[in-house]
Amino acid sequence: MSAIVVEGASKHWTTGDGKVRAVDRLSFSLDAGTLNVLLGPSGCGKSTTLRLIAGLEIADEGTIRIDGRDVTRLPPSQRNISMVFQSYALFPHLSVGENILFGLRVRKVAQDECERRLGQTAELLGLSALVNRKPGQLSGGQQQRVALGRAIIAQTPVCLMDEPLSNLDAQLRAEMRQEIRALQRKLGITMVYVTHDQVEAMSMADRVILLNGGRIEQNGAPVDLYETPANAFVARFIGTPPMNLLPLVDGGAGAVVDGTNGPVVLPPECAGGQLGVRPEHVRITRGQGLFATVEGVEYLGGDSLLACRAGRSALAVRVAGSTALARGDSVSLEWPGGAQHYFGPDGARAAPAGRTSGETMLA
Amino acid sequence: MTRTREWIYAWLLIAPAMILLVLFTHYPAVANLWHSFLSTPKGSRPAVWVGADNYVQLVEDPIFWQALQNNLWYALGTIPVSIAIALLMAVWVHGKIAGRGLLRLAYFTPTMLPMIAVANIWMFFYTPEYGLLEQVTKGLGFASHNWLGSKSPALASLMVVTVWKEAGFFMIFYLAALQSMSPSLAEAAAIEGASRWYFFRRITFPLLMPVTLFVLVNAVINAFRLVDHIVVMTRGGPDNATALLLYYIYEIGFRFWDSAYAAALTMVLLAILGLTALFQFFVLERRTHYQ
Repeated sequence: MSAIVVEGASKHWTTGDGKVRAVDRLSFSLDAGTLNVLLGPSGCGKSTTLRLIAGLEIADEGTIRIDGRDVTRLPPSQRNISMVFQSYALFPHLSVGENILFGLRVRKVAQDECERRLGQTAELLGLSALVNRKPGQLSGGQQQRVALGRAIIAQTPVCLMDEPLSNLDAQLRAEMRQEIRALQRKLGITMVYVTHDQVEAMSMADRVILLNGGRIEQNGAPVDLYETPANAFVARFIGTPPMNLLPLVDGGAGAVVDGTNGPVVLPPECAGGQLGVRPEHVRITRGQGLFATVEGVEYLGGDSLLACRAGRSALAVRVAGSTALARGDSVSLEWPGGAQHYFGPDGARAAPAGRTSGETMLA
Repeated sequence: MTRTREWIYAWLLIAPAMILLVLFTHYPAVANLWHSFLSTPKGSRPAVWVGADNYVQLVEDPIFWQALQNNLWYALGTIPVSIAIALLMAVWVHGKIAGRGLLRLAYFTPTMLPMIAVANIWMFFYTPEYGLLEQVTKGLGFASHNWLGSKSPALASLMVVTVWKEAGFFMIFYLAALQSMSPSLAEAAAIEGASRWYFFRRITFPLLMPVTLFVLVNAVINAFRLVDHIVVMTRGGPDNATALLLYYIYEIGFRFWDSAYAAALTMVLLAILGLTALFQFFVLERRTHYQ
C-alpha cells in the first residue's frame, strides 16, 4: 500500500520578476516502510516538495495523501508525521531529554510514559549518558541523534528528513547514513529523505526521485537510475564522475563522435544525439578505437581517472590502480556495446536501431 | 630589555582611552565623593571639612525621601509595563502581517523623538480644559481632571509618557532577537502540534531571556537617569509629587547652588546605578547562559 501519494502538486512563489514554479505538477507515490530520497541540484524543488508533504507549505494545486487520508489542507500537527531539519532545530535552553520529549509534552503524555519512551529512544540512539546535557554541549553527530530522537519518539509512521547530514564531516556522514538506514528498517518507518548528495541517495534509498526545475527527471530504484538513466540530465547527475556524453555528428558511413573522423559508433540516424558511456566501462585498447588525448591524470588510490579529449568532447576514463600514462599521451578507447547509451536530440533515452547489445564496440 | 619595551608599548596603547576615562569619569566621581564631605563655599567663605554633615542632612531631608520613593514607584510602574508592551509589539510585528514596515516605524517613532519634544506633545494631551484627553473625557461625560496639576495622578501621568517613549526602543531589541531565531524552531514545534502560546511560553520567552535582562538593566538605569520630561512638564510639582532623584539633585545643585549637598545626593544615585551594574555583571550574566 502507498503510504504517501502526491498528485499533481504545484507550488509557486511570486518574486519581483513574476511567478516562479518551485514545484510543477509533481506526482509520485511512495510505498509504506521504504526509504525514499528526493534528489536534485539546489533549487530543484526537493525541499519544497518535502515541506508540502509536511504541511509547512500548502500546495497551490494538486492533492497529497498520507495513509489514504487527504491531508492537502491540514496543518502539520494533524498529518501524523515527524521531521528532522537540516539545522536540527534543537531548543538550546532545553536538555537533550526535554528536546526529545517536546512533542509528548505538547500532547500532555503522562510522566511515567514519557520516561519509559525517553529511556527506550535514548538507548536506541546511544544518548543515555547525555539526556541531561544541553544541545550546545554536544558534538554535531550527537546533536543529529537528538534531532532523530525527537522525530522517532512520536512513533509516527512517516518521517521526513531535510538534508539531515549536510552539516556533518565526511566520515561521520558515512556512519550516520548507515545508522539512519538501520533505524528506518528496524522501526519500519516510511521515510522521505531530501539530499543533494547522490552518494547518500544511491547508498540509502529504496527509491530515488530525481528532480530538476520542479519536475521529476526519473523515479526508480538506485540501480535503475544508474544503469538506465531516463535522459541526459540523469546520466550527468548520477555517478562520480558522471556518465560521459559525446555529441554525435554524421560521418558519412554513420554517426561519429563530434570532431573525430571515426570510427562509426552508431547508425547514421543517431547523428544529432548523444552517446553515453560510464568512465568504468571505457577501456584503453591497442586496436583501432576512438582516438583521444590524455589531458590529466587523477590518482585516487584504488583507481585512477584519466581526463581525455576526443574531438570536441571531454571524457573521463577510470583505470584500475595507477597508470603510466601522462598528460599529452595519445590513447585509443573502446567499450562494450551493452554499456553504451544513446540519448536523442531532445535528451531522452532512445534505443538506436540496427545494433545488437553485447557486441564490442568500435571494430 | 624586550620585556620593558613590551610594557611601555602596552601602556602607550592603553593610554588614550585611560586618560579620557580617568579625566572625565573616574576623577569627577572621586572628586564628587570628596566634595560631599566639604561644606558649600560661599562668597569669601571657602569650603571646609564637615565630615558626614551632608549625609546627616540627607537622612533628615523629607524631600529626598520623597524623591527616592517617587523614583522607586516610577521605576516599578514604568519598567514591567514597557517591557511587556515591547515584547507584545515585537512578537506582533515579527509575524507576517500587512503593513509590517509601517507598523514597525510607527512603534519606533516615539524613540526617535527627543524627550523634550515628547514632553511637549504630551503637555498638549494633558492640558486642562482644552487638552486632547480632556476633550475626549468631557465628550464621554466624565468629570474633568487636572492630570499634571493635581497631586495624585501627576506621577502616573508622567509614567505613561515614559512607557510610551521607552516601549518602542525596547521593542527593537526584542525584534532583533526574534529575527535571529531560526524559523525551523517554530516549524519543529508546529509539527509537534504546539500552539502559538505554548511555543511562546516554552521556547520564545526563555530564549529571549538574555534580551529581557539587558532591557531590564537599561530600563532601571533610564528610570533614574531621564528627567527631561519633568523639567518640561511639572518641574517636580505639584508639592514634589513628581520630583525624581536626579531632578532633585539638579534643583539643589543648580537652583539653590548647594553644591556640597548635591554631591552627597549624587553619591546616592551613583550607588544605585553602580549596584544595578554589578547585579547585571555578576548575577544575571551568569544565570542566563543556557549553552
